[in-house]
Amino acid sequence: MLRFVIRRGLQLFIAMFVLSVLLFVWLRSLPGGPVTALLGERGTPESTAALREALGLDEPLHVQYLRFLQRALEGDFGISNGVLRGAEAIDVFLTRLPATIELSIFALLIAVTLAIPLGYVAARRHGSALDTGSVIGSLVGVAVPVFFLAFVLKYFFAIRWGLLPPSGRQSVSIDATHVTGFFVLDGILTGEWDAAWDSFRHLILPAIALSSIPFAVIFRINRASVLDVLDEDYVRTARAKGLQAPVVRQRHVMRNALIPVVTTIGLQIGALLAGAVLTETVFNFQGIGQALALGFETRDYPVLQVLIMMAALIYIIVNLLVDIAYAVIDPRVRTR
Amino acid sequence: MSTKKERIDRLADAGRVSREEGISLYQSAWLRLRRDVVFLIGATIIVLFVILAAIAPWIAPHDPQAALLIDQVRPQTNPVPGPQDGFPLGADYAGRDLFSRLIVGAQQTLIVGVLATFGGLVGGLTLGTLAGGVGGWADAVVMRIVDVMLSIPSLLMAFSIAAVFANPSQWTVILAIAIVQVPIFARLLRGSMLAQRHSDHVLAARALGVRRPAIVFRHMLPNSLGPVIVQATLVLATAIIDAAALSFLGLGNPDDRQPEWGQMLGKAQDFFNSFPHLAFYPAVCIIVVALGFTLMGESLREALDPKSRR
Repeated sequence: MLRFVIRRGLQLFIAMFVLSVLLFVWLRSLPGGPVTALLGERGTPESTAALREALGLDEPLHVQYLRFLQRALEGDFGISNGVLRGAEAIDVFLTRLPATIELSIFALLIAVTLAIPLGYVAARRHGSALDTGSVIGSLVGVAVPVFFLAFVLKYFFAIRWGLLPPSGRQSVSIDATHVTGFFVLDGILTGEWDAAWDSFRHLILPAIALSSIPFAVIFRINRASVLDVLDEDYVRTARAKGLQAPVVRQRHVMRNALIPVVTTIGLQIGALLAGAVLTETVFNFQGIGQALALGFETRDYPVLQVLIMMAALIYIIVNLLVDIAYAVIDPRVRTR
Repeated sequence: MSTKKERIDRLADAGRVSREEGISLYQSAWLRLRRDVVFLIGATIIVLFVILAAIAPWIAPHDPQAALLIDQVRPQTNPVPGPQDGFPLGADYAGRDLFSRLIVGAQQTLIVGVLATFGGLVGGLTLGTLAGGVGGWADAVVMRIVDVMLSIPSLLMAFSIAAVFANPSQWTVILAIAIVQVPIFARLLRGSMLAQRHSDHVLAARALGVRRPAIVFRHMLPNSLGPVIVQATLVLATAIIDAAALSFLGLGNPDDRQPEWGQMLGKAQDFFNSFPHLAFYPAVCIIVVALGFTLMGESLREALDPKSRR
């Protein structure tokens, strides 16, 4: 087990190295090169020359790369020139991260609580109208562009019927204290129930839109996995022994069927991050997704650089944790 | 490492040579597909879509680029002319007939989907053949890069690549989507080739003294194509959806004279709250076509999967 973790840790190291090289290449291939990218169009000849010098652009490539790496490790990615003018790019990431985490957790909760029971029922009634209907529904869910779904939800629930707020994280009329940056949690911690409830209401629509992709994926994996397990001999044995249906379901079917599902859930982080870019933009929800969209719009490369690197890093690390968790649950993986 | 990768690997495995007697994998797949409702629905959608794209210029009632109703466009009060005689869906913000633009838009949408998929396919085939066919160092290097690319959320990577270009166009959209698909096709092909490396037909060819390039291209590659076709069908769907997402973020083609559904949907965002129909029609077109490709791809996958054959 330790050897497995060490090997995966080494792979993580290599992955981060390749990622940093890709990011370095990306930054150098931006229109106008890294100087224009970092300064924007307002760069004067003097400041351009100064930054060229500071970045060491006349030095050999490997030296430039090492400098880039050093700056990245120190968290120095430059100053934002679009998303939040004048702020350190890394701070833009840090202040906006809680919003996206809050939204993603909520979206994932919706997806999981719906997809797992539905996947089980669909598999149990394999071939029934419910099964076919939900499979087709999940395929349609993947075919709908996320931002369009977000717009439709916003149009009906917020604009036409006025049931839920159309944008933002919290109403401006609410004067809430912020401790952690997780607005719902903040409201609960400080006992400001109206603030917590208000933030929660702001979360509902974006979370539903964002949950559509993980829902479809988790549903289909869970359904296929339950179908596989239902065919197993030990399930037949359990039934033949006369075990109660709920016991068979909980202890024999779901416990085994959930192994691939747990992996999938962890890996939906990637889809959530990409989906957050679109959903947060539609709902003007101030998370890292909206910062990314704004960054692309304003060509704010310092911020984009941080956000893309962090997004990939989070995804790679979650991947690794899921891998280790997988190996803990299923010993066969370790020897592969 | 991940289910994304596992899924690719499982698909790669599905292309192994069939051991069923007297019938090839493709023959048996076809026999099953002919009776598969899901496949038939998907295929019907796609055939209709391709026909529409082919004959679009002749059946569109108006020139999709002509600002016919421009005198009805009032930027402040009524930016989008409504439905009227000869214009069943009304016009867009530039006074161009929406119905004609939807019909002709099928063309560019098909072109974006096919070219992006084709680009990803060619890149992936090259890398995958290099890794799976040559092996050794080439394999190790290619696969490390491929794995890291796979570990970046794919839509996010498409956004980042599209942002590199100072002047976005239809081509940069195609390129961004294509590059994202390269690692997927590469891993798929490599897995499929590795699975064959020790199979009997490759061993026989080697024993006969057939040289390596000939083995790779004539004996291994053709047997790997099944899973590649499945993946390509599924990618066609995501390519069309991703093109819309790029356009939504302002990373798409800014020149909208030639209509494309993703672009129409992306550009409709400014009018969504007051004129949702402008987004609704292209969105429905995209959803139906993407669903068609997905249904086709999923049923192809099932038909080619030796495990699910009964």
